[in-house]
Amino acid sequence: MSLSRNDVAKVGLLARLALSDADLDTMTRELSSIVGFVGQLEKIDTADVAPLAHPLDTQNVFRADVPKPSLTTAEALQSAPRHDGECFLVPAVLGDTGAA
Amino acid sequence: MQPSDMSAVDLVNAVRQGDLTALRATEAFLERIERLDGQINAFLAVDREGALRTAAAIDDKRKSGKPLGPLAGLPVAVKDALCTSDLPTTCASKMLAGFRPPYDAEVVARLRAADAVIVGKTNMDEFAMGGSNENSAFGPVHKPWALTRAPGGSSGGSAACVAADMAPVAIGSDTGGSIRQPAGLCGITGLKPTYGRVSRRGLVAFASSLDQIGPMARSAADCALLLETIAGHDPGDATSLDLPVPAYGTDLERPLEGVRIGRVPAHFGAGLDPEVAHAVEEAFAAFRAAGATVIDIDMPHADAGVATYYLVAPCEASSNLARYDGAHYGHRAEPGKGHRAEPGRLQPAQPVSGHRAEPGSGQGNASGGFESALVEMYCRSRAEGFGPEVKRRIMLGTYALSAGYYDAYYAKALKVRRLIRQDYLDAFEKVDLIGGPVSATAAFKLGEKSGDPLAMYLVDLYTVCTNLAGVGGISFPCGFTKGGLPIGFQLQAPALAEPLLLRATDRYQHLTDWHRRRPAIAARPR
Repeated sequence: MSLSRNDVAKVGLLARLALSDADLDTMTRELSSIVGFVGQLEKIDTADVAPLAHPLDTQNVFRADVPKPSLTTAEALQSAPRHDGECFLVPAVLGDTGAA
Repeated sequence: MQPSDMSAVDLVNAVRQGDLTALRATEAFLERIERLDGQINAFLAVDREGALRTAAAIDDKRKSGKPLGPLAGLPVAVKDALCTSDLPTTCASKMLAGFRPPYDAEVVARLRAADAVIVGKTNMDEFAMGGSNENSAFGPVHKPWALTRAPGGSSGGSAACVAADMAPVAIGSDTGGSIRQPAGLCGITGLKPTYGRVSRRGLVAFASSLDQIGPMARSAADCALLLETIAGHDPGDATSLDLPVPAYGTDLERPLEGVRIGRVPAHFGAGLDPEVAHAVEEAFAAFRAAGATVIDIDMPHADAGVATYYLVAPCEASSNLARYDGAHYGHRAEPGKGHRAEPGRLQPAQPVSGHRAEPGSGQGNASGGFESALVEMYCRSRAEGFGPEVKRRIMLGTYALSAGYYDAYYAKALKVRRLIRQDYLDAFEKVDLIGGPVSATAAFKLGEKSGDPLAMYLVDLYTVCTNLAGVGGISFPCGFTKGGLPIGFQLQAPALAEPLLLRATDRYQHLTDWHRRRPAIAARPR
């Protein structure tokens, strides 16, 4: 299984990773090799096997639906690259102006 | 006896009895860190002042007759993947350089409540992704036994600081072998508990169905001491098991008569270094001499472990690491700097086969091809903040989860994961423990495998299945190569059989002295 450079560029966008031309070359080569390796699972018969996403049988652990103290606004914002004391500040969500 | 030569069990007893102050113990290890870590690079942060202050407070507590916690005065090094509210938590990533979490990880809180003294945060592979510690953004850890070699990873700093007596015990985390493999390569004892035994709250998430925190120390008895404090239910981690915590240190001396240890002949195939194979077989002989029975067993899907792991773990990682977006915490790219990145060059008119096109992707605009200034900030912050291996795994996981590939890769891996777990369930019908090598070679040089990601992944051959099955495993030294490098032995056990893992290892460590050997660098200056 080999990936094309365009496949990798597309995955980069899905993963929100900017990739330079050189990154794309390296990543295309390395991912093709790794995907080829993990593709060996295809040979294993899993016809009647249910997927196992988690090693525990535990399901739906709930806590009591009562308010509990949580981080204060100041604590939540303490490591934010940009904030105004109440909110995280980010560049424009729509269009390309008004970068924060 | 110098505090740095004492076992953790003896050290805690000495502090409790007043034969040693917490301050003296802490100073002794801080002095060694100062003297040795320039060559080893095991620590990303050393909290000299905080540690001395904590130690002095413990001594005051004792003097005033207040009850001491079970780890009173014990210096502990903590992997930098665990949140500490008073120390930076970086996961050895530029993404989190200088990050100060707003809370302590549950394990850190338990250590503090037990009166342990946290001396610093240890180096690791970035976001725990790697088996050599070369993926740290802050430089690799050097193996104390041979400074040109890799200490293993990802908990390489935790392993190396214990091996060089810079801390008596350390906390590591193990997603596919990250406690056991560096413990084996550094000649110490490291336990990966059963999934759910130790709370993961505040452990920076890598692969949430595999991650588990565990103790690293010089012996099984010291691991038992530490595990007893960190194990137990935490309502803050929905996957933590609500079960009583055994007194791990109390059943170590019971002989191994009647214990059946499985040996997997396929472990001894091509690729296993002959010196390692020899030492591992000798360890089986020692277990026989200690009264255990060794039985050959088959783990038919063990061969598929690495491929399964390198789908499950990157898929979970690609989701977990989506949180590093440059908005809430961590690195943010400066606007308008750097290259115009590649995604903008994608032509929307050329859909990639098998992928569902994402609305708006690849639209050209004044932000250099990103659909908005926000997306550009995300993409560039992540590109600048993450190192190559982390990017590789995010890309692999994103690919394997994307439309058109999900069934072929992620869903397939989950089915094979069930088969691998079934192998364990079947094996534990016949045996109580499974023994074998922890890694195929005793050591590789720094740089030796770093150019070939796939070769690096194969290092995890003997360790990943434990995590996929959610069971426990321990590794400890079982010999040395002719070149003087430690060789590790691994035992795996059914879920929650930590008492047996610790007891079997402790019995072995009473018959042998491999775990007492120290690297030359750890020798006291004359």
